[in-house]
Amino acid sequence: MKHLSRYRRHRFAAPALILAALFTLGTTFSLASALPNKAHMEATSQSTLVSEGKQIFARGCSSCHGLNAEGGTIAPSLIGVGAASVDFQVGTGRMPMADMSQQAMRKKPLYNEQETAALAAYVASLAPGPASVTNEQLTWERDGNVAQGGQLFRTNCAMCHNFAAQGGALTLGKYAPSLMGSEPKQIYEAMITGPQSMPVFADKTITPAEKLSIIKWIKAAQSEPSLGGAALGRVGPVTEGLLVWTLGLGLLVGVAVWLASKAR
Amino acid sequence: MSNEISKFTDPGLPEHVHRRADSDPKAAKRAEQQVAILFLLSAAGTVLTIYAYIFMKSNTFIFLPVLGDTNAQQLALGVGLALSLFFIGMAAVHWAKTLMPDTEVIAERHEFRSEDVDRADFVATVKEQGGSAGLGRRTLIKRTMGLSLGLLGLAPLVLLRDLGPMPKKYFNTTDWKSGTRLVTDPGDRPIKPEDLEVGAVAQVLPELTSGTERTLENIGKDAVLLIRLRPEDFNLDAERLSWTHEGIIAFSKICSHMGCAVALYEQQTKHLLCPCHQSTFDVTRAAKVIFGPAARPLPQLAITVDADGFLVAQKPFTEPIGPSFWERSS
Amino acid sequence: MSVKDRAVGGLANYVDERTGAAKWLKKNLTKVFPDHWSFMLGEIALYSFIILLLTGTFLTFWFDPSQREVIYNGNYAPLSQVHMSAAYASTLRISFEVRGGLLMRQIHHWAALIFMAAIVVHLLRVFFTGAFRKPREFNWLIGVGLLTLGIVEGFLGYSLPDDLLSGTGIRIAEAILQAIPVVGSYLAFFAFGGPFPGTAFIPRIYTVHVLLLPGIFLGLITIHLMLVWYQKHTQYPGPGRTEKNVVGYPLMPVYMAKAGGFFFIVFGVTAFLGAVASINPIWLYGPYTPGQISAGSQPDWYMGWLDGLVRMSPPLETHAFGHTISWNILIPGLILPGILFTGMALYPFIESWMTGDKREHHLLDRPRNAPNRTALGVMSLTFMIISLINGGNDVIATHFHLTINQIMWFTRFGLFLLPPIAFVVTKRICLSLQRADRELVLHGRETGRLLMLPHGEFVEVHEPISPEKAWTLTQHLQPEALTVAPDDLNGVRNPAGLKGKIRARFSMAHAEQIAAPTAKEKNEIEGGHH
Repeated sequence: MKHLSRYRRHRFAAPALILAALFTLGTTFSLASALPNKAHMEATSQSTLVSEGKQIFARGCSSCHGLNAEGGTIAPSLIGVGAASVDFQVGTGRMPMADMSQQAMRKKPLYNEQETAALAAYVASLAPGPASVTNEQLTWERDGNVAQGGQLFRTNCAMCHNFAAQGGALTLGKYAPSLMGSEPKQIYEAMITGPQSMPVFADKTITPAEKLSIIKWIKAAQSEPSLGGAALGRVGPVTEGLLVWTLGLGLLVGVAVWLASKAR
Repeated sequence: MSNEISKFTDPGLPEHVHRRADSDPKAAKRAEQQVAILFLLSAAGTVLTIYAYIFMKSNTFIFLPVLGDTNAQQLALGVGLALSLFFIGMAAVHWAKTLMPDTEVIAERHEFRSEDVDRADFVATVKEQGGSAGLGRRTLIKRTMGLSLGLLGLAPLVLLRDLGPMPKKYFNTTDWKSGTRLVTDPGDRPIKPEDLEVGAVAQVLPELTSGTERTLENIGKDAVLLIRLRPEDFNLDAERLSWTHEGIIAFSKICSHMGCAVALYEQQTKHLLCPCHQSTFDVTRAAKVIFGPAARPLPQLAITVDADGFLVAQKPFTEPIGPSFWERSS
Repeated sequence: MSVKDRAVGGLANYVDERTGAAKWLKKNLTKVFPDHWSFMLGEIALYSFIILLLTGTFLTFWFDPSQREVIYNGNYAPLSQVHMSAAYASTLRISFEVRGGLLMRQIHHWAALIFMAAIVVHLLRVFFTGAFRKPREFNWLIGVGLLTLGIVEGFLGYSLPDDLLSGTGIRIAEAILQAIPVVGSYLAFFAFGGPFPGTAFIPRIYTVHVLLLPGIFLGLITIHLMLVWYQKHTQYPGPGRTEKNVVGYPLMPVYMAKAGGFFFIVFGVTAFLGAVASINPIWLYGPYTPGQISAGSQPDWYMGWLDGLVRMSPPLETHAFGHTISWNILIPGLILPGILFTGMALYPFIESWMTGDKREHHLLDRPRNAPNRTALGVMSLTFMIISLINGGNDVIATHFHLTINQIMWFTRFGLFLLPPIAFVVTKRICLSLQRADRELVLHGRETGRLLMLPHGEFVEVHEPISPEKAWTLTQHLQPEALTVAPDDLNGVRNPAGLKGKIRARFSMAHAEQIAAPTAKEKNEIEGGHH
């Protein structure tokens, strides 16, 4: 103390003391108040999120989905679809739909993350449904098994999305999209909500752990390097045949023409 | 026709035009150098191939436009080999074109038909030699020879018999029995109805009895697709409706057309599509064919739940699954 | 005599004293080959075959043709610990653990695609120029045989790795076997050694792929080439080229250098494709199991037309007397291809019957001068292309924003409507070209220069074409329609009967043409001008 007391008369002593006192007081208070009141605070922010979402919904979605998301003649009810569905549809830019085409296309999202979360909160508040997830929650890198994911993908996904997740044709102009740009949470949410033509893959038939494996395999497919040269779209023999008839035969016939021409 | 008579006259082979290399020693020298350069390029290609094989790591990737992240060793090996082969060829052809004699030569053709004398001789020889064998006269020999040769032709067919067993009733049966549990593929977990929400699908197989292993042959017959709809979506007769359980309907996944796995389920239209030949089946109407070459619906598997609440087969398939075959009765 | 000369002479002497080859070689080393780029198409096929033999042998050193189940523990992480057949695992090993293995696999597969494509364009060249006519009918038959076997060989080859895509192809092949009336299920069981997929099929087709069919290929190709050699090559018409001669370069050294060089060029181009473009990436397909499938499952291009036909088939099946006949498989999968290939094989004989032409032909037709044949060819080609389009309808649909249903309906109707339209249009085009040739010969080439005549009229100056060109355009023999004696007035039928009438009708169609200009006509016109 002797050491400290030497500074007692220092001209900054008083303000420093006051600052220290305030800091201690503030920290103690916030710690004391935060712990028991966390739930309360979240509820408040949740309810503002919901009301914010309701407003966005009224402006951007209600013309098709109905004022209270009860659905309309051209769009389904959203009661009970859950936050995951909203997060997927709005987060991938599929909703709001630009035009009434065969199926909603992936495009640049109209709403930012905050607005999307608000919309999701609003729809989730209508009736319980699958909750949205964040990329951070999905520990696919740690818990996924890429080979098992491949097996699951080939059994459950490849028939529509193709063996290398490049997408494929469905009936009457619908299609399964390419998964090359999909984020883990979008893949996960698509599996649990079954957007548009896609069926639902329930947690009991494909467990959450297995879903992480599928994500890991898709991520591997996204970064799959060109082991044998140009990938040609990874759609199978059609593009290979095309290349043979254009480049392959083109080169050879070109050389043959040169070969049979008379030198000057 | 008249044009035969007053045809244009054939002016004959045009006069030979000399190449520059034929008259100009400088051009000839230049051509020689070009050929040499092509051969050298080929040699460089081979060196690249050998270098890539020995010194490059198999896990090095380089980024290239169009190709993307490319395996450097595979690319260098291949491009080196391509260059070494291609330029040998180019050199040889360039050599032939510029320096080898390029005067066109004329060769005469002969008619393929033999001279009449030779033909007559041939016929006579055949008749004489054949006659001396007496094939025409000795009918007994002729007939028995025909018999023996004909029978000999059967031998290879008979010998091929052991290629495989008889099919017997194989095409008519599957491993689904009354009470067989439906388990997930892969994972082999039994499923309860409440595990599937509306719009969900599951790829399932029959539960294995202990001590057996699942073979590809089993999967090729037993694979089943489980789909849950709203019960009011069904448009089925009473019998087929009784084969469903709380909106869950099960179909053989093996296409009734050519046996591909039919599993492209569109949740909104409730159509199943086969990716091989695009046969489309309407799930709400017991997989009735609504488009494509398949002639029959996918066989439906009658399902229910057992005492523990797990989904099981009510009974085996009532018709053969998969593509048609001659002995199939319906 | 230098040392070198003496060594060569000594060797030649040694060989000749034992074989008497000198006489034969002397004659054949100066053998004349006409030079034209379209005569190299068959060579592309031949060289691809050699490339296939070389690379294929390389692959056999590591490939394990077995369907025994193994657990993968190789370099490719996304398949680690996956159950698969030894065939698939060894193909992965060739791809990722054998240096240059992936390159060889890719060269082998690209060479196979080029082999088939080259056979097809070679066949088209032979067809459209009439090179199949007497005396070359045998070679046409051998060619059709090689094409057919090539399709089978290719299918067996890409089925060997036992991946998900090729396994699906085998599944479909099994369904075709199964669909054959009466014996189908037995055939399927015998081929697969029991139920599909079993463990016998891949070892069996391996033997067929690497031994039986290549052996047959070697035999047929040898006969094909020997006949070309013996009958001498056809040539395009031109000044100095007749039915009695062949104009070109001697085998030694020009043709040898060119043909030998071309082998290396074909190999180089194929290796280039193998280096820069991925083909059949089996590690992405995964191992075969009957419960899995990928969107967009198609065969290689030379089977694509078959798959397209199967896809567009109507859903026809007959069930009667406890038996089933799958017309939806038999018609597009066996009957239609059977008719098409039989028709193709018999075409030389059909044409000779139609035209009554039994002469030898060594000068090729310009396609326009055989309008009926050219139109038939384009018609068949249209048929094949429409089928092929439907074989890739799913990929086309996703890439061009169409629907598979639209493409399917388009090809279903197009298959019947477009080939006849193609026939008519092609024939008209050929006749127009003949007319243009006639114009050119009689009135010369338009120069684009205008000339004012003394009375003020402008005319375009026409430059007469060279006698060489005039000969090339007019040298062909124009077929005459066969006439059939009409039924006589008493109603006695002409003995040739209906067959004769049909033949006369075909012959008439075949003889439809614009009269080739004659020297007389030309003289008259020129006389008029001066």
